[in-house]
Formats: sequence, structure tokens, C-alpha cells
Amino acid sequence: MKTHFITAFITGLVFGLGLLVSGMANPDKVLSFLDLAGAWDPSLALVMLGAIAVGVVAFTFIRGRSQSLLGEPLRLPTKTSLDSRLIVGSLGFGVGWGLAGFCPGPALVALGAGEAKAAVFVAAMLAGMGLFELLESRKSTSN
Amino acid sequence: MTIDWVAFSPWTALAGGLLIGLAAAMFILFNGRIAGISGIVGGLLRPQRGDSLWRVLFVAGMLLAPLGWLFFAQLPTIQIDAGYPLLIVAGLIVGISTRYGAGCTSGHGVCGISRLSPRSIVATLAFMGTGFLTVFVVRHLLAG
Repeated sequence: MKTHFITAFITGLVFGLGLLVSGMANPDKVLSFLDLAGAWDPSLALVMLGAIAVGVVAFTFIRGRSQSLLGEPLRLPTKTSLDSRLIVGSLGFGVGWGLAGFCPGPALVALGAGEAKAAVFVAAMLAGMGLFELLESRKSTSN
Repeated sequence: MTIDWVAFSPWTALAGGLLIGLAAAMFILFNGRIAGISGIVGGLLRPQRGDSLWRVLFVAGMLLAPLGWLFFAQLPTIQIDAGYPLLIVAGLIVGISTRYGAGCTSGHGVCGISRLSPRSIVATLAFMGTGFLTVFVVRHLLAG
């Protein structure tokens, strides 16, 4: 098996453990962070800070290289313009996030922890993503 | 604004953040990819030859993280107050809009900001903004 498959698995595992340690996998804590007008729990700001601190080093290191340390091609986003899809999509994502306190990663981890409610959220999320694919394919065939 | 000092958990938050950052770093350094969960999962619904296995393995790692955790300690609290109808609505919205917005908290919030992408900075400000706003409306206007 190629090494990058193993690193994909380990990365998912480390990511999941990070979400558990940080408290992000707990929707109640996420909503306490998003509730500025209530009893505010600023913890998740530190999650972002810690993650970005490490991320900056890695992305700075990789900049200008043409391939990863394992020789995989670098697939960085190429789009740089701000478009309405990005903005409307992101605005919408925040609404969904604020309604239940789940974003995609934590929902997967909570599902792995055996939470039935997380399973329902993930199923709905997959349906939403499927709907996106459907609308996209319809658009490309009608053009 | 009142800070909930009892709930505030700076050290575990920071430690978890460092682990998330480590995962994002590993993924770009080894696999040459952005560790964006919505993109990784969404890509499974647009299957292309040779492009699915790494996604499945990444998701499997995330799903198995709680099991790995159980070898060392009891699982931390996961409290989900939302009822099933709300979870379905929220899940649908998160699914469709993270694909339109080309990312979520991980892809834009962690990786995008780490590489100083203007698109990701705007996206993060947008979803944080509506996240704060939504909780304000639900907890203080509707429930008020």
C-alpha cells in the first residue's frame, strides 16, 4: 500500500483526536463559544490559534515546492477571486453551524463516538452535499 | 459580555488546536493536500478513479479517533442539545453550503488562514459572523 494512504489515515486520526481534546467535538461547547451575548466560553478561539500557529509553519515550508515530502503533487487551491458562491456558501455554513453546533469534522468524530444524533446530522450533511452535486451536474448538462 | 471562566479550558483548547494544526501540517507535507473535511467528504460523492481511497481512509481515521482515545481515557463530554428536526435542517444547510463555499472550519478556518488565503479569510469571517448571529437569534431573540 502506498505511503500516502497510511498518512491519510493517520492524519484523520490525529485530526479527530485534536477535535476531541480541544472540545470542538462537543456541540454544547461550540455553541457556548458562538454565544457572545450569553456566558461566553472563549476556548475555541485558542483552538484556532493553536491550529493556525502550526499550520503557518507547514504552509510556509511547502510554499514554492512542487511536490510533497512523499512526492505527491501539491494540490493547493488556485482560485484567488472572491465570488458570490464563496460568500453565500460561507454565510450559509455559519447559519447551519450555529443551529446545531456541528461543523463537518466534529460531526464525524461524534458519530465515531456512537452518538445517534451525530449520525442523523452526518446523514443530512451528506444529503446536502449530494444535492450540491446534483445541482452542479444539472447545471453543466444544461449549458 | 460575560466570560464563563468555569467552562473556559485554555490548555486543552490549545493542545487540541496544536493537534489539529499538526494534522493539517502532516496532510500538506505528506499528501500535498488541504485537510478540509467538507471537501474530503464531498469528493466521495463525486467519485473519480483513484481519488476515493485516501478520502475513505482519512474519514475512517476521524471516525476511529474516539475508539483510539478510549484506550487511554474516558471520552470527553459530547452534549448535543439540538433535537432531530433541527439536526436534519442544520446538517442539510452545512452540507450544501460548505460545498458552495468550498470549505468549512478546517479548510478555510485552519488551512486557508494558515496560508493567508484572502478567500479563506473572507469565508471564515463570513461563517463566524453568521454563526455568532444565528446563536444570538436562537438563544436571545427567539427564546428570549
